[in-house]
Amino acid sequence: MFKIVTKRKLNDAVTLMEIEAPFIAKKAKAGQFIIFRIDSLGERVPLTIADYDREKGTVTIIFQKVGLSTKMLAEMNEGDFISDFVGPLGVPTDYENFKKVAVIGGGVGNAIAYPQAKALHEMGVEVDVIAGFRNKDIVILEDEMRAASTHYYITTDDGSYGEKGFVTDKLKSLIDAGNNYDAVIAIGPIPMMKFVSLTTKPYGIKTIVSLNPIMIDGTGMCGGCRVTVGGEIKFACVDGPDFDGHLVDFDELMNRNSIYREREAETTETHMCRMDKLANELIK
Amino acid sequence: MPNMSLEKVKMPEQAPDIRNKNFKEVATGYTAEMAIEEAGRCLNCKHKPCVNGCPVNVRIPEFIAEVAKGDFLAAYKVITTTNALPAVCGRVCPQESQCESKCVRGLKGEPVAIGRLERFVADWYMENGKDEIVKPESNGKKVAIVGSGPSGLACAGDLAKLGYDVSIFEAFHTAGGVLVYGIPEFRLPKTIVQKEIDKLSAMGVKVMTNMVIGKVLSVDELIDDMGFDAVFIGSGAGLPSFMGIEGEALVGVYSANEYLTRINLMKAYIENYDTPIKNSKAVAVVGGGNVAMDAARCAKRLGAEVYIVYRRSEEEMPARLEEIHHAKEEGIQFKLLTNPVKIVNDGTGKVCGIECLEMELGEPDASGRRRPVAKEGSNFVIDVDTVVMSIGTSPNPLIRSTTKGLETNKKGCLIVNEDTMQTTREGIYAGGDAVTGAATVILAMGAGKKAAESIHEYLKNK
Repeated sequence: MFKIVTKRKLNDAVTLMEIEAPFIAKKAKAGQFIIFRIDSLGERVPLTIADYDREKGTVTIIFQKVGLSTKMLAEMNEGDFISDFVGPLGVPTDYENFKKVAVIGGGVGNAIAYPQAKALHEMGVEVDVIAGFRNKDIVILEDEMRAASTHYYITTDDGSYGEKGFVTDKLKSLIDAGNNYDAVIAIGPIPMMKFVSLTTKPYGIKTIVSLNPIMIDGTGMCGGCRVTVGGEIKFACVDGPDFDGHLVDFDELMNRNSIYREREAETTETHMCRMDKLANELIK
Repeated sequence: MPNMSLEKVKMPEQAPDIRNKNFKEVATGYTAEMAIEEAGRCLNCKHKPCVNGCPVNVRIPEFIAEVAKGDFLAAYKVITTTNALPAVCGRVCPQESQCESKCVRGLKGEPVAIGRLERFVADWYMENGKDEIVKPESNGKKVAIVGSGPSGLACAGDLAKLGYDVSIFEAFHTAGGVLVYGIPEFRLPKTIVQKEIDKLSAMGVKVMTNMVIGKVLSVDELIDDMGFDAVFIGSGAGLPSFMGIEGEALVGVYSANEYLTRINLMKAYIENYDTPIKNSKAVAVVGGGNVAMDAARCAKRLGAEVYIVYRRSEEEMPARLEEIHHAKEEGIQFKLLTNPVKIVNDGTGKVCGIECLEMELGEPDASGRRRPVAKEGSNFVIDVDTVVMSIGTSPNPLIRSTTKGLETNKKGCLIVNEDTMQTTREGIYAGGDAVTGAATVILAMGAGKKAAESIHEYLKNK
């Protein structure tokens, strides 16, 4: 059993929790994920690690209410226990010798982009964060991100906060303004990662995306999380979850992730489709 | 005077058209009368050929003699001197190619039903026996077991009996390995596996779930930081293979591992569990092994029309005869000499069929089986909305890639000294599918036992 130590609602749909898991806290690195299961009837759900405290022995997760388990978890409180919490799974992000990096978070993806920005910032790398949201009401982690970055830019689709537009617009203008990024790390909805990758490709900037496909075990055993990367089958749980954005087949991934869609509330769907369409025009 | 009937006492079973709609056990087990009658067929041969056919050398004629006398407790004690998991083995061992294949009675007529008798004795004990589990006195030495499948459980049981402080590390949330995620409830009820694990716990074995060795702790950390004196790796062969044909990424294509795990471990077939599974109308299971039969029979029970698609003929099928027979009885359609070339997209990213080629058998290949050769232009499509790929698995690289000095062969199987089961590193042993590639429960158990012996040999003077 794993105890929920703190719970904080970041917006109506997004919740932060610190979970007591000393073994995982000791080992966790940016880019890795955990799998949780609420109780003996529950699903196994993967979530990327948002933060960890090695001394306190806690791991932070930030999640959006999408399916049954995330909705149930959001209803739980400090002091409650969940049945299973396993990790750290996947390969940590490889920062090579980056000097300047753009970290891009889309919506709840900012929760996963945050540990990346923080790790790079602590290593002394120059970090430009571009945080994109649909509107002002769902902005999360603004203070944390500011503290972990050299420059922090915020965009909203409707212009209700920060600059109006998509993260791809901002990224393009920063690159065109002469910022030489060694890498772009993009984490968010699949269409966002796809179009960030398309944006950086003509410039030849290395682009790392973090994928979150459907999976069961997280150890390479079910193959449910297979993605096509550069024409090869890869398992996101053991080969990833980070991949080269220029090689990922995003359309296939989006299709695969739709398998149990009917069961899930269509919370983010409409937004993603809209962005897909607009971004398509942008790339043309 | 032995019972000279040429046939085994028939195993009572649920009728095919009833059982293919439920997940309850197919074979319901002998009654005491049936067991005594069948035990009477054993000739109690002096040279005991059957024992040589058993990877863990169960003292077969001795236990059967006790069954014949009606002393089931004595029979249980004889079996458990060498086999810690008789209720499991009695159900899933391929007796027809092991003990029963050596039975003298099999020369004329059917061999003695050793597996059914073993199962009867184990089940009788679970119902009537009083567990006299004595927690052995600790010898103060610690052994870590990686994986809680058959090899790990067998190794843990033997070491615990010898007084070792044993901890099992399991990656999933439930212990049992392939016995719980792979083999379906209707072949091996999960309560039986749980009882075997409970017995180990009563002997003092610690079972730690949610522990992915190679991630949360490395093998070296088990030894250096946690003070384990030896490690046994029984992490199985869990990495699923795909064919590499067009359409394998479509919605509706599962590996057999994923399909079975959702059903068996995650109980997708029981309504109050949250696990989702596709509501399939027609399923093609690609492959001819026991796992393929399990997947097909699960799909049938979930209400689908089911096809087994296998590129060779029935004779070459690696599945046990009994499984093939049961699958056919339950209404699974066998498309033999049929090789998939493409999974068909319905235009929205979902499966709507599987395109296959007819095959014919040519010259024998490296495996000794006749090689299937495609008949050109024989393409045809089977209309299905789900495809389950059951074409084999290989060992998971998680441990070998995080442990220095562990050597593997080309297939990724850990290399061990076959006499001691020691890997290429001192103090680290391995067995089961992690060493052999996908094989049987009983071979894995045999390897776990052998490793336990060597670990004892290694540690007793240390």
